[in-house]
Amino acid sequence: MTVGLFLPCYVNQFYPQVGVASLELLEKLGCDVVYPLQQTCCGQPMANSGYEHLSSATDELFMRNFHEFDYIVSPSGSCALHIKHHLHGKDHEASAKVRASMYELTEFLTDVLKVEHLDAKFPHKVGLHQGCHGQRGLMLSQMSELVAKPFSKLEKLLGMVNGIELVDLDRKDECCGFGGTFCVMEEAVSAKMGKDRVSDHTRNGASFITGADMSCLMHLEGILKRQKSAVEVKHIAEILNAG
Amino acid sequence: MQSSRDNHSTLAERFNKDEARVSWHDQTLWWIRQKRDKAAWSLGEEWEGLRSQASQIKAHTLSNLSGYLEEFEANAIANGAIVHWAADAKEHNEIVHKILQDNKVTQLVKSKSMLTEECHLNPYLETHGIDVVDTDLGERIVQLANEAPSHIVLPCIHWKKEEIGELFHKHLATPAGNADPSFLTNAARIHLRDKFLTRRVAITGVNFAIAETGEFVVCTNEGNADMGAHLSDVHIACMGIEKLIPLRRHLGVFLRLLARSATGQPVTTYSSHFRKPRQGQQLHIVLVDNGRSQQLAKEDFRNSLKCIRCGACFNTCPVYRRSGGHSYHTAVAGPIGSILAPNLDMKQYADLPFASTLCGSCTNVCPVKIDIHDQLYKWRQVLTKEGYSPKTKTVAMKTMAATLSKPGLFSFAGKWARRIMRIAPWLVNNKMNPWYKQRNMPAAPKQSFTEWYKTNRNKDKK
Repeated sequence: MTVGLFLPCYVNQFYPQVGVASLELLEKLGCDVVYPLQQTCCGQPMANSGYEHLSSATDELFMRNFHEFDYIVSPSGSCALHIKHHLHGKDHEASAKVRASMYELTEFLTDVLKVEHLDAKFPHKVGLHQGCHGQRGLMLSQMSELVAKPFSKLEKLLGMVNGIELVDLDRKDECCGFGGTFCVMEEAVSAKMGKDRVSDHTRNGASFITGADMSCLMHLEGILKRQKSAVEVKHIAEILNAG
Repeated sequence: MQSSRDNHSTLAERFNKDEARVSWHDQTLWWIRQKRDKAAWSLGEEWEGLRSQASQIKAHTLSNLSGYLEEFEANAIANGAIVHWAADAKEHNEIVHKILQDNKVTQLVKSKSMLTEECHLNPYLETHGIDVVDTDLGERIVQLANEAPSHIVLPCIHWKKEEIGELFHKHLATPAGNADPSFLTNAARIHLRDKFLTRRVAITGVNFAIAETGEFVVCTNEGNADMGAHLSDVHIACMGIEKLIPLRRHLGVFLRLLARSATGQPVTTYSSHFRKPRQGQQLHIVLVDNGRSQQLAKEDFRNSLKCIRCGACFNTCPVYRRSGGHSYHTAVAGPIGSILAPNLDMKQYADLPFASTLCGSCTNVCPVKIDIHDQLYKWRQVLTKEGYSPKTKTVAMKTMAATLSKPGLFSFAGKWARRIMRIAPWLVNNKMNPWYKQRNMPAAPKQSFTEWYKTNRNKDKK
């Protein structure tokens, strides 16, 4: 199976290890992974800031890079959701195909590859941060607001990792406050939300915080480092590929 | 009251100066969110079905609003009510004032009505020499403090009981230092009882108006609407035109959702039906548009008129809980206020749709399934296109869009940004960078993933 790997722009620049883990993990699971070198960004930073009309050039670039793939996989719930909902290239039919071919990594592992076993080891206490776009947008797991049966694609995958211990949080799916440009435009509330999330994880004994979106984790990491905390962040791909 | 010139971010920053208080505010509202969850789960599978039903009844009503309004008006008149139509807040206030003048009244009691807050009725009447006493306990507290409510269901949720003790000591002569909630409530009851007995006019809000019967229902926990209305010679009920439902039996759906969503109660303590004035009493119903038909005409934002003002989106909103209701500088704060307010004034409320992380929790708790976070996203696009975005932001976004659409430029910029962050971290680690204020910057690696890939995987590919 050939898979086009799409990395969020800031992951490419600041968290290359997340790209490596995603690539290796998909390869281990038998995928032929292609990483189009001309890729940049999904366009979400402009669109969420109210400048969707400025994202047509990135939409076209995304189309050029990914229109040939039947499966496009990204280790980001937020970017995957943006492509699925807001990619509008000039070629409407091709855009619809690209939108339908877009998968967030854990969604691809559970729904397409139907992964039941992983050869991974991570003997640590881990807190799972639910990125809102992955959770409420892509429905990677049940949401605490809805009256419905519980499920979690992320927890299912993490459960296959040897030695891992997931900690229970007081608020299992509250937003971390990153929110794209919100993190600087609404600095006070954003930072307070991040601090509250971090303390939920540390209070409940997590040594690592993981999630399917590096943007949330970058925000939480910034707070942890400022607090000189020993707690680290790891993208879920790094844990599923660990060992 | 806050100056309306300050935007949400500035007001939120001010609120966050006292971090312990923000944590307290957040915990208090989160506790209500948890009560709401428990109440929803108590209905099991029925809950999500009720939400769908309510959403569909409202969708149907909004699609046929003019017909239902006329049906309601005809039935209300047949019941003996006097029906008034107000195109906007100004007309609404003038109609109420005229009724007071006609009855030669200068004092009145008012139960909670967010519509009258939206229309700024209290300040209007006060400038005309009318004394208004809010009889909802929370509203009375903020009224005594000369503040606006910070929450549509819990107007004084931002006040601590000790502060209320002080306020009552000052205004109601309760003993200094007494902050016992039962004692203070009783003091308020005695204070309000006198007002109920001496005022001849009572204003109430309306939670649901029923086209089929011409009656309306007012929901309170304190019974203050009933006290006011039943003791009055003149009852004025003010309602937005979206409060309508077609049939009385639809009430069962909404009453079950309203209190569960609002406070986690199975039903409000009082759900009072008003149909006919008692003999000798006047019953006025003021139907107010104030931008609603304009919102109804906007396909993307029409659904916001389904709102039954339960406040569940406030309690779940991680931003609201940490910025406080006054940071929204509008009568209806929170996520729903942020999609309603720009319809009334795009310039004044251009900041509100950005006061959100688009986490989507509001949409999930909404008992009438308003796609709140999608509408926040859509308002952002509308406001930007209409030119209500700061110029500096536009320049930054254009630069970003240009960089991200050119792969070569993106790689070049990324490489240099990382290099600068390694060589001269003080260039980003300073006061000019809002990120750095409370967060460290990520480490800047030597290689981007693209560079790593070219060396490690791409040797034989182009």
